[in-house]
Amino acid sequence: MPFGLLKYGLSNEYPAQHHFTPATELKKHYDVVIIGAGGHGTAIAYNLAKYHGITNVAVLEKSYLGGGNTARNTAVIRSNYLTEEGVSFYRESVKLYNNLSNEFNYNVMMENRGQLTLAHSDAAIRSFRWRAEVNQHMGVRSELVDRQAIAELVPNLNMSEDSRFPIMAGLWHADGATARHDAVAWGYAKGACDRGVELHQLTEVEDIEIDKGRVTAVKTNRGRIECGAVVQAVAGASSVVAKKAGIPLPIHCYPLQAMVTQPYKPILTPHVSSPHVHVYVHQTSRGEFVIGGGSDPYPLYHTRATLDQRESLSAAAMELFPFLAQARMLRQWAGTTDMTPDYSPIMGVSPVENYYLDAGWGTWGFKATPICGVTMAELVATKKVPEIIKPFALERFYNYEQINEAGATAASH
Amino acid sequence: MKLLTCPLNGQRNISEFTYGGEYHPMPDPHSTDARQWAEYVFFHDNAAGLVTEWWCHTASSFWFLAERNTISDQIIRTFEASEIFNQRIDFAENPQ
Repeated sequence: MPFGLLKYGLSNEYPAQHHFTPATELKKHYDVVIIGAGGHGTAIAYNLAKYHGITNVAVLEKSYLGGGNTARNTAVIRSNYLTEEGVSFYRESVKLYNNLSNEFNYNVMMENRGQLTLAHSDAAIRSFRWRAEVNQHMGVRSELVDRQAIAELVPNLNMSEDSRFPIMAGLWHADGATARHDAVAWGYAKGACDRGVELHQLTEVEDIEIDKGRVTAVKTNRGRIECGAVVQAVAGASSVVAKKAGIPLPIHCYPLQAMVTQPYKPILTPHVSSPHVHVYVHQTSRGEFVIGGGSDPYPLYHTRATLDQRESLSAAAMELFPFLAQARMLRQWAGTTDMTPDYSPIMGVSPVENYYLDAGWGTWGFKATPICGVTMAELVATKKVPEIIKPFALERFYNYEQINEAGATAASH
Repeated sequence: MKLLTCPLNGQRNISEFTYGGEYHPMPDPHSTDARQWAEYVFFHDNAAGLVTEWWCHTASSFWFLAERNTISDQIIRTFEASEIFNQRIDFAENPQ
């Protein structure tokens, strides 16, 4: 590799490396069609190709690779959830993330910086104790920490007892991390394309053909494709796409807004979130402060940024880090989160045979990307639902077996 | 600031209101099984486009309905619940 790099450096041409298959005509038939080329869709394709030998796969994307919520999330990786089902699922995902750059031979810029959640009330401390106990029982590193420990972990945090909501304690999650979100989708897509998977951007699914309860073809703006199986991994468009297959989903779409400052010198290592003042803050490796976590108060399929959220996120961020008052804002954006009533995803089979669902990823999709790729690919290849995702079946809503994942978002609920 | 017109209180800032979920006609309580109830309670159209939904003016606890476009974020119209709910629903075991 170093010689290759040297040769490349001395070359006058700097030949561009093609990461993905150039646009080709769609074939008449694919064994598997994956709708949505975000992190999840490409991860499923990658795992199908690499570990199950299924390479006659098309990943269809109405826009461009990784341009939806993969681009819009705030790149938080953690497993400090509350339910047994949730913790064991996200725990496996964090493990896979830790080895992802090696897996791809492609740098996803994984940084194990830890995550600190702040308690500003006795009630929050009680729930943090609960979460810490569940996490430790399941082999996830979470512990309740006091004010002194917090001041040592995050020296520039506002620990004043005169603030509106003084910090009382924290939940320290040493396994918390961040990674370059785009690189995750690029790494998966590259690995999948290298093994024969076709990526088709600007290819929108317009209709889904079902014959005798079984999916047979998808119609796209570029023609009709027959297929053996379909996986939908379209996040904010989950309800709209599932409706084409006649499948109702228990999802409501809300925009989730975040914003980022101009880059500054590195002064904040862990990811800090506060359910009470409704904000989370971390500093990227480029130096920008990412300030996130404001959901719009009603459902919408619009990714506009609002002044309301800008005000409330800024106020909350400045309460935790007063120096941010001096920071200049670079961008503010929204992503369409597909929220389920129990804050857990919907994964697995659907009422339509060979049509698989990977939906309801709300605000917790990015951190689940690797495990989702592994488990959904296994399901498509073997037709058996992996044990770890069984609880997330769509059927749970009909059976009143929801998984109330109260640790799902930075906001308490 | 986005404005919403409450049928009772007139035009107010949307931050004074609470979103109350999609409006669906309720199934007949006397002939609905558990699966149908689950569908009514948990499943949503979540339509991209025109929707009818519940809103509440938080300060006055007044519930009403609104037609809204979820793509353009435009509120088409708001109206009192009595436009739809014009007769009594009896939940008793043996309705009179």
